[in-house]
Amino acid sequence: MSLRAPSADSVTRIARALLLPLLGLLVFVFAWHIAARNIDTSLGKFPGPTQVYEQSFGLIADHQRERGREAAFMERQEKRNAATLAKDPGAEVRLRNYTGKPTFVDQIGTSLVTVLAGFALASLIAIPLGILIGLNGTLYAALNPLIQLFKPVSPLAWLPLVTMVVSALYVSDDPMFAKSFVTSLITVSLCSLWPTLINTAVGVSSISQDLKNVSKVLRLPFMTHVLKIAIPASIPAMFTGLRLSLGIAWMVLIAAEMLAQNPGLGKFVWDEFQNGSSDSLGRIMVAVLVIGIIGFMLDRAMQLLQSRISWDKNAVVR
Amino acid sequence: MTLSLAQAAIGPPEKEDLKFGFIKLTDMAPLAIAYEKGYFEDEGLFVQVEAQANWKVLLDRVIDGQLDGAHMLAGQPLGATIGYGTQAHIITAFSMDLNGNGITVSNDIWERMKPHIPKDADGRPVHPIKADYLKPVVDEFKAQGKPFNMGMVFPVSTHNYELRYWLAAGGIHPGFYAPHKGDISGQLSADALLSVTPPPQMPATLEAGTIHGYCVGEPWNQQAVFKGIGVPIITDYEIWKDNPEKVFGVSKAWADANPNTHLRVVKAMIRAAKWLDANDNGNRPEAVEILSRPEYVGADYEVIANSMTGTFEYEKGDIREVPDFNVFFRHNATYPYYSDAIWYLTQMRRWGQIEDAKPDSWFMDIAKKVYRPDIYAQAAQSLIEEGKMEASEFPDFGTEDGYRAPQTHFIDGITYDGHSPNDYLKKFGIGLKGDDKI
Repeated sequence: MSLRAPSADSVTRIARALLLPLLGLLVFVFAWHIAARNIDTSLGKFPGPTQVYEQSFGLIADHQRERGREAAFMERQEKRNAATLAKDPGAEVRLRNYTGKPTFVDQIGTSLVTVLAGFALASLIAIPLGILIGLNGTLYAALNPLIQLFKPVSPLAWLPLVTMVVSALYVSDDPMFAKSFVTSLITVSLCSLWPTLINTAVGVSSISQDLKNVSKVLRLPFMTHVLKIAIPASIPAMFTGLRLSLGIAWMVLIAAEMLAQNPGLGKFVWDEFQNGSSDSLGRIMVAVLVIGIIGFMLDRAMQLLQSRISWDKNAVVR
Repeated sequence: MTLSLAQAAIGPPEKEDLKFGFIKLTDMAPLAIAYEKGYFEDEGLFVQVEAQANWKVLLDRVIDGQLDGAHMLAGQPLGATIGYGTQAHIITAFSMDLNGNGITVSNDIWERMKPHIPKDADGRPVHPIKADYLKPVVDEFKAQGKPFNMGMVFPVSTHNYELRYWLAAGGIHPGFYAPHKGDISGQLSADALLSVTPPPQMPATLEAGTIHGYCVGEPWNQQAVFKGIGVPIITDYEIWKDNPEKVFGVSKAWADANPNTHLRVVKAMIRAAKWLDANDNGNRPEAVEILSRPEYVGADYEVIANSMTGTFEYEKGDIREVPDFNVFFRHNATYPYYSDAIWYLTQMRRWGQIEDAKPDSWFMDIAKKVYRPDIYAQAAQSLIEEGKMEASEFPDFGTEDGYRAPQTHFIDGITYDGHSPNDYLKKFGIGLKGDDKI
């Protein structure tokens, strides 16, 4: 570590990296504040930065209050169970989860778990299938019309069908997952597998001829060809697909939760809209920002993963 | 139906973890109170209450078992059981409340109605305001070839039948349904075109000019006054005094599988209803605070408080006492009367949702299939034995036949007697009766 004064060059770099985004944010917040003051809805003024700030603390306080009620609930249960056992030592007692409302923080957790599960399922289907059709032109020609047909379908069109099918087929007395979770998961998967599928196929099918020749000369068996040549070569394209898929999955999930009233951030937004209280719009705005931040972080996480896995460490990831 | 007092105590619940659905309206209060006051827990039940998107979703989720039961419109179990809309056998052993709705029109319509409304000595409009004063406005719309649209919450909702009743009493035709012809819009030969709007969206839809008025439960009428976008002109209390409004519905399959659970749920709800009406509405402010939380109704305290504490604001500043606007327990509000069920069935017939003539016996059979005072009586007896309630707080189960005495408090002065639904239908000028078919 040298103690030289930072060169003019590095000062400009730091300024560019820090100040410009900050400036952009400040201008946006200011414009938002001015605009919000001038929009009057039947539920009061449009929420500006100050309301959002207040409401986010309100939501956190809300969460803590609910945790307090949960502790009281558990205590009551233990007392009741103790009383039952005192009466009849052989009685069967069990502690059950809190029955109160899910808070904003709980809903964020629910949405994250659902989106990651749906995305994982979509990737499990899309990546192997993408490799297969990328390697095999005949298969690609056969499946291409289907892919083109289902790719543009909106999640909201699938939702009623998925809901009905899940209700009919997913029947058990003690289900491992809630029906609503399964519905959301399948809807998310259906919509988010296409970008991964197509990009993987494109990546695999456009492996350079040199690599293919190497494989032929060495007489690599099929699986080895896939593992050593096809997958590494198509990683960049695959990740492009995965990132698109994850973005779509996150968007689809919020819409699906809103429409199907499945637990999660989408339901939180819809419930607040139905409340129509003077705090509602501010809370919805908090949720909007949180949804944006989470979407951004998911994308960043995928980028990190890509730079870890990809063999080409010099590629610029955007 | 007689019950020995020395009844066996209700056994342990078959299912302890339950999920109930509701729509964000003040009359979901018994559910919220039974939860918050620990009445469900007293019965050994662990209940989650969850807001639903709309009445259709709520009903479907009760049918497919995602919900164990729900706050329902009185017409929903009846409609589902006779197969209007989704076919499923739904029963109810607990009526949730009386009254609680209002009809609101936009500021513009109010201004055009006003000249026709008689005034009292203080210059305030004389109540109840009949639809006769709206008729000239609707006629004007017709003459200009413009549709006069109004919103209600669901085809088999109390609000739909109340709005239709009020309009027809004033000579405005609300339109027929013709399900056998595939027309379920309910707008055949209509002067006023009614369509479905979810309650929370009512004020916004009115403001947008898509509808000119609506019939909805609280807090959405008071909300319109607070936001200055509309004027509530009449409450359903003035259309039909003490009319049954919501019920607690469960599917018959669920009730057969979980009889003890069902009884215990009804017990908890009866106690909640009693608490809501106790000491002359003394608990209402606390109830309003609970309802204004975001997990329940979530509207502002002042908006909910208006009607829940016995006042109702019509025009801005025109606040009047309506002590019975929300009744949860008084007047045997919680008892599932067959005659209440039959009234809803008569209105379904009147507007064509039931397309063919039906004998009186049919009306009574359906009411018996859906409304279950026997289960209610068992739950009530159990509460009496536990010393939580007095026998005097309930109908006399030994003699009660499930029919209210003929009811006379309708805005058009027509008397309703549940024993003779077909004769009742003949008294109306507008509506199907006898062998009429569209």
